[in-house]
Amino acid sequence: MQPIVEQTSAGLYCPIGDFYIDPSRPVHRAVITHAHSDHARYGSRNYLSSAEGEQLLRIRVNADAEFMFVKYGEAVDRGGVKISLHPAGHILGSSQIRLEYRGQVTVITGDYKLEPDPTCSPWEPISCHHFITESTFGLPIFRWPSQATVQDSINQWWKTNQEEGRCSVLYGYAIGKSQRLLAGLDPTLGPILTHGAVEKGVQAYRDSGIALAPTTYVNQTLSKDLYSKSLVLAVPSAHGTAWLKRFGKISTAMASGWCMVRGWRRRRSMDQGFVISDHVDWPSLVKAIKLADAEMVWVDHGYSHVVARYLNDNGQPARSISRGSRTEIEDEEKMNSDLPTEVVS
Amino acid sequence: MIRFANLYRRLDATTKTNQKVEALVEYFSSVDSADAAWATYFLSGNRLSRLVPTKYLRQWAAEVAGIPDWLFEESYHSVGDLAETISLIVPPAISQSDGSLTDWINTKLLPLGTLASDDQRARVIEIWNETNTETRFVVMKLITGGFRVGVSKGLLIRALAKQSGVSPDVIAHRMMGQWQPSRESFEALINPDETGWEVSKPYPFCLAHPIPSEKDIDHLGNPTRYFAEWKWDGIRCQIIRRESQVFLWSRGDMLMENTWPEIESAAETIPDGTVLDGEILATDQSGSVLPFDQLQRRIGRKRVGKKLLSEVPVVFHAFDLLEKDGQDIRQLPFRARREQLENLFTNVNHSNLTTTEVVHVNQWKTLADKRSRSRENLAEGLMLKEVESPYSVGRTQGHWWKWKVDPETIDAVLIYAQKGHGQRANLFSDYTFAVWDDDVLVPFAKAYSGLSYQEMRQVDQFVRQNTNETFGPVRSVTPKLVMEIAFEGIRKSKRHKCGVATRFPRISRWRHDKQPADANSLSDLHRLIEIHQEPVGGQ
Repeated sequence: MQPIVEQTSAGLYCPIGDFYIDPSRPVHRAVITHAHSDHARYGSRNYLSSAEGEQLLRIRVNADAEFMFVKYGEAVDRGGVKISLHPAGHILGSSQIRLEYRGQVTVITGDYKLEPDPTCSPWEPISCHHFITESTFGLPIFRWPSQATVQDSINQWWKTNQEEGRCSVLYGYAIGKSQRLLAGLDPTLGPILTHGAVEKGVQAYRDSGIALAPTTYVNQTLSKDLYSKSLVLAVPSAHGTAWLKRFGKISTAMASGWCMVRGWRRRRSMDQGFVISDHVDWPSLVKAIKLADAEMVWVDHGYSHVVARYLNDNGQPARSISRGSRTEIEDEEKMNSDLPTEVVS
Repeated sequence: MIRFANLYRRLDATTKTNQKVEALVEYFSSVDSADAAWATYFLSGNRLSRLVPTKYLRQWAAEVAGIPDWLFEESYHSVGDLAETISLIVPPAISQSDGSLTDWINTKLLPLGTLASDDQRARVIEIWNETNTETRFVVMKLITGGFRVGVSKGLLIRALAKQSGVSPDVIAHRMMGQWQPSRESFEALINPDETGWEVSKPYPFCLAHPIPSEKDIDHLGNPTRYFAEWKWDGIRCQIIRRESQVFLWSRGDMLMENTWPEIESAAETIPDGTVLDGEILATDQSGSVLPFDQLQRRIGRKRVGKKLLSEVPVVFHAFDLLEKDGQDIRQLPFRARREQLENLFTNVNHSNLTTTEVVHVNQWKTLADKRSRSRENLAEGLMLKEVESPYSVGRTQGHWWKWKVDPETIDAVLIYAQKGHGQRANLFSDYTFAVWDDDVLVPFAKAYSGLSYQEMRQVDQFVRQNTNETFGPVRSVTPKLVMEIAFEGIRKSKRHKCGVATRFPRISRWRHDKQPADANSLSDLHRLIEIHQEPVGGQ
């Protein structure tokens, strides 16, 4: 098998079609898997991405670029390479990139998850010759609990805080995680407030046609009494800042796959950790690779060396293509830099 | 068991002491005395003796999870805790079984220790099949014997006192020594009748606070308020002399038997109904103090041989009197206790027993001068004790102060890093530092503490970007970062490659202003050893 993409200093590049996938610096032509800041970077000339994610991508990158937004499954030709985008289930508009050239199929997953998520199209398996997957949570310790159970425990935590006169502050990425959390909240419990960065994401979701429970953007001071009944969706960078003071007595929680690990939870000095991730856990990763049924697997982003070794041990040719490891630290930086946070005072 | 696991989760989830006390009180009120006894036993730092070799636990967990051993180890390095790795890696049970903590310990855990490994395997897997991740984590903590959950003894005592209505002092007193995790002993622990205790029981130790820096001396007021004495680096010990028996207790609530036979026999010369507080120090023939590592040779041995007895003779230096003629005199001012101590010693004449020398001066300058001579006297600094203070329990602020001399420091280069455990899991937080030997960097100390969390994250990122080689969990990194390493003592060592061993090395600050070439050299370390003038002893 001759790969039609190669790993370059700017990310994955397809020389035949002359385009990059999620380039790390400005390029002439970029294909974007999804609108998180470590995948959709500012400054390229031409962006190809999914129609579902249009609103999100537009707030992320330069307005003067050329855009092409395609529906899932619709093919675009670039120098004989047939490009099509397929749902990745990570966040609204997230795509797996399928490249077909002379009968040979390559799939780049971007970030993805297999579980259903009411705020985006569900992941679908694509069989291929060459499968390029992320491995952010590529260790067998990561096994997501049932999402219904976690959502129940978030609502329960909110209720308990209300009884104790505490405002609930729930941290997650501004785009994707916050909206998924919002979809799982029980709006009959009390007001749902949003941090500026989260509100911007929520608006973009609504503009894309995703129905979400009503939210109130925290730009004015409400009564202390109302705060104690509320749940605030905020970005993790707001933790420990003066912005939180207005809420009076608070209980804080983080929603992340990393909450699985006790040491990680404790370092964040938050009161609670909820295991909700928009990435594949170990069983899903193994399942997705199996379904891809590829001749060669490239592993990127995360525990790529570990996953590649495991696959090779089990007779699946694989190699790591990551140049460093994306760790929780980068992950966290992504969260913090997710969107400008204009309301942090 | 589920209730106990929930208690653990609640204790673990908060850093607020009030919430911890509340969780403990709720637990103690909801379980019977037998369970409460075991909980008390574990929360005060006791453990079951190791039931199953961890080597097997790793192997079985990998088998059950269907992964190779190396992948288990990779996961372990990321999690940083064996019990947690096992609890995460083994798929969760469909349904949980419960049962009391006592039942679990008696019927499921303790019997493990007596089984052959095949049977152990079957029983352990059975346990995994009936626990969810959280409960399994706590059970594995009990099996692997590493149970720690941010509950100090003081906090536990507070909770027990609150729940039972018995005063904290009495609970603390009753909890000392070899406390058995039985229904009877728990009921005795919270017995409202606060009189009478066993003959061997020591008093809770009074602890000193460090004086953070030189300028804080001013806050201590007039120096005449204090007695000063050398702060020795020895073994803190209470001598209990009651009903013609002698008991030696160390600060870790350990009854020390057979470790200090010469002190045990010396203590027989003091009158019944006496409790002394003091420090065990190693001394050479001339009576001068030996460094701590000599003393260490005598700790942890079942029997101390003749050779060791003659090489490392020890003397008990009494500095306080807690009980006299069977009366608890801890509430008397230190001045009065000290006077009674000295009176008592006019009738005690034994070469293995002595009292410390206290000085009482009216100038801080005099004390500062004395402190500056600490090293040559092999002391760590001065102790200041308020003359009017009672003997208090624990680390009560304001009565006893330790005024240590500043540690020695060396600028060294970070060359190896390893991920930490527990709270520092998956974070490169354990470092090895090197100094120059000509143009080669030789490792001389490991340091785990001293950096802020923010700094640790920066180093973590540096390590990830500057790794040259990986040896299992250890990364060798490009030598770029210079840090100031502080330590208490330094001596020659044959066990260390560089020939030097430091005591309590830690990072005092990150020298952003220095380049690796500016770091100290091995010969600088040797110079420090000469300054320390440690008498050469033993090995």
